[in-house]
Amino acid sequence: MAQLATAKEDGVAGRPAAGSSGRKPFRLTTLMSIIGTAPLIVTAVGVFFICIIYSFVLSFTNSRIFPAFGAENFVGGEQYARLWSTGRWLISVNNIWFFGLLSIAANMIAGYLLAVFMDQRIKAEDWFRSIFLYPFAMSLVITGLVWRWILDPNYGIQATVRGLGFTDFAFAPLVSADTAIYGLVVAGIWNGVGVTMAIMLAGLRGVDAEIWKAAKIDGIPTWRTYLFIVLPMMKGALLTAFILQCVGVVRVYDLIVAMTQGGPGIATQMPAIFVIQHITDRSNVGLGMAAATMMLLPVILLLGLQVFVQWRANRVKESA
Amino acid sequence: MSTETMAAPAASRIEAGPRGAKPKSLTFSRVGIYVFLVLAALFFLMPLWVMVVTSLKAMPEIQLRHIFQWPQQITFEPWLKAWDTACTGRDCNGLKPGFLNSVKITLVGTTVSIIIACLNGYALSFWKYKGANVLFGLLVFGAFVPYQVVIYPLIVAFRELGIFGTFPGIIVIHTIFGMPILTLLFRNFFAALPPELFKAARVDGAGFWQIFFQIMIPMAVPITIVAVILQVTGIWNDFLFGTVFAGRENMPMTVQLNNIVNTTTGVREYNVHMAATILTAAVPLAVYFISGKWFVRGIAAGAVKG
Repeated sequence: MAQLATAKEDGVAGRPAAGSSGRKPFRLTTLMSIIGTAPLIVTAVGVFFICIIYSFVLSFTNSRIFPAFGAENFVGGEQYARLWSTGRWLISVNNIWFFGLLSIAANMIAGYLLAVFMDQRIKAEDWFRSIFLYPFAMSLVITGLVWRWILDPNYGIQATVRGLGFTDFAFAPLVSADTAIYGLVVAGIWNGVGVTMAIMLAGLRGVDAEIWKAAKIDGIPTWRTYLFIVLPMMKGALLTAFILQCVGVVRVYDLIVAMTQGGPGIATQMPAIFVIQHITDRSNVGLGMAAATMMLLPVILLLGLQVFVQWRANRVKESA
Repeated sequence: MSTETMAAPAASRIEAGPRGAKPKSLTFSRVGIYVFLVLAALFFLMPLWVMVVTSLKAMPEIQLRHIFQWPQQITFEPWLKAWDTACTGRDCNGLKPGFLNSVKITLVGTTVSIIIACLNGYALSFWKYKGANVLFGLLVFGAFVPYQVVIYPLIVAFRELGIFGTFPGIIVIHTIFGMPILTLLFRNFFAALPPELFKAARVDGAGFWQIFFQIMIPMAVPITIVAVILQVTGIWNDFLFGTVFAGRENMPMTVQLNNIVNTTTGVREYNVHMAATILTAAVPLAVYFISGKWFVRGIAAGAVKG
């Protein structure tokens, strides 16, 4: 996300930003600017710096309900060792990988397909777009509750199809530990694929029209143009959609709580739920913070990757 | 990932109309395209249909298990019950109190967070002080931090400050977690304004606050609309912060809804559950349909917040 931070750097650099050089004398306006951004300073430093450090430090203690910082409370890496031998956590990690890979892949593919179909000069494009996007306006709690109802074996799709005479029909993903996660994926896609489509459609339409003409002259079939020429050209949109989804997956909480409550048993536990449970009901803050720190790891890796890609792109640009 | 590629240009390109392969007359593949899109649309509409028809049925009809069927006899009883008397845990006052709480939290939370973010973005665009970029980078990093990583320290801090489980507490929490994306939004907006505007005001002797109130705020109306949509839907739909930080007195509607559905005593009244779900979805859906293209801009810019 260095890109995020530096996105507008060029536009700002040539600006008469008083006090930005630091060499100028300290002005009243600089003081005003600092006062004006006090909430930003407090949030950036207090929440996103100190709180993370605090959580990290707590993960090395045996804190139960309240934070405990006494010398006797520091237990080194014990919480991490314990975390990685806790079945509930191992299942959470497995689940987040499985859920993440499946839902991101499905979301990207479905999103691109929808975007391509939406790109065919269709009638009522606005209508279709509204329909694909409206679920995103609803919270994941609502999404979870609705899909739980539709997938309820006694009332939902299974019951309806059986009512039509297919009495052996079985479709009840949420009641079985092996399949519950697929139900979550379906609900998650229903909620989020519209956004992916919107981003990808924007990417598609950002591709130069000349490319299309050239492909047409060369006699390349439309589907091949979409797959092999246009798709690689919209890296920005793809990366945006991808990162949005990664962030969403790591955070996934509401959907699980509303849809399966982590069940059946602990089959759909996720790291986010693990952390919340350990700092509330289970009063084991040390272990919860160790888990939270592990949640931060993939985010940092992802951000690092993004910074690296950005840095390389800049270098290529400079050397060109 | 920059809002440049995400927010306004993205949306305007979406609106610019289709490009790509030119359609011929109605061919086999054209029909295929529409069949695909209509099937997809049915998939997306199905849950809404199921919600509506279920909420209009009486319990005996639900027992017939025709989840997709239009009710034989329409009843608004479930809606009244969901609003007025359904039990959320111990209380049986329906969603009404939660609705009022959500309205209060959303109104105040949106206002406070947008004022702060607008000021942040303005200062970061025109009055950068030493270290401002580092702070901003740290803030943007915050947009990607899983809430669970910082939630416990915040609970401790809020307890110490005496605002844990209070109305100011929940407002502060929404302001904190809305700040990264909102500040980014405003900063990029201000940075894209013509610099002459700022220079002219400086030459005329206007200071930090004059320029902010007299020039920048009136200019920032379009981006503020995007920010409002983003925050209203985001805060209204929040569940985690409501559960942890709001306290019983200020419990928002989403939390109440979840409690209604998961109250395990007695018969599960699916019709009441679905009515409650629609009631809870009503505000963000209204925002979505009224704001139209602005909403697309908002989510394109703010999906980061998730």
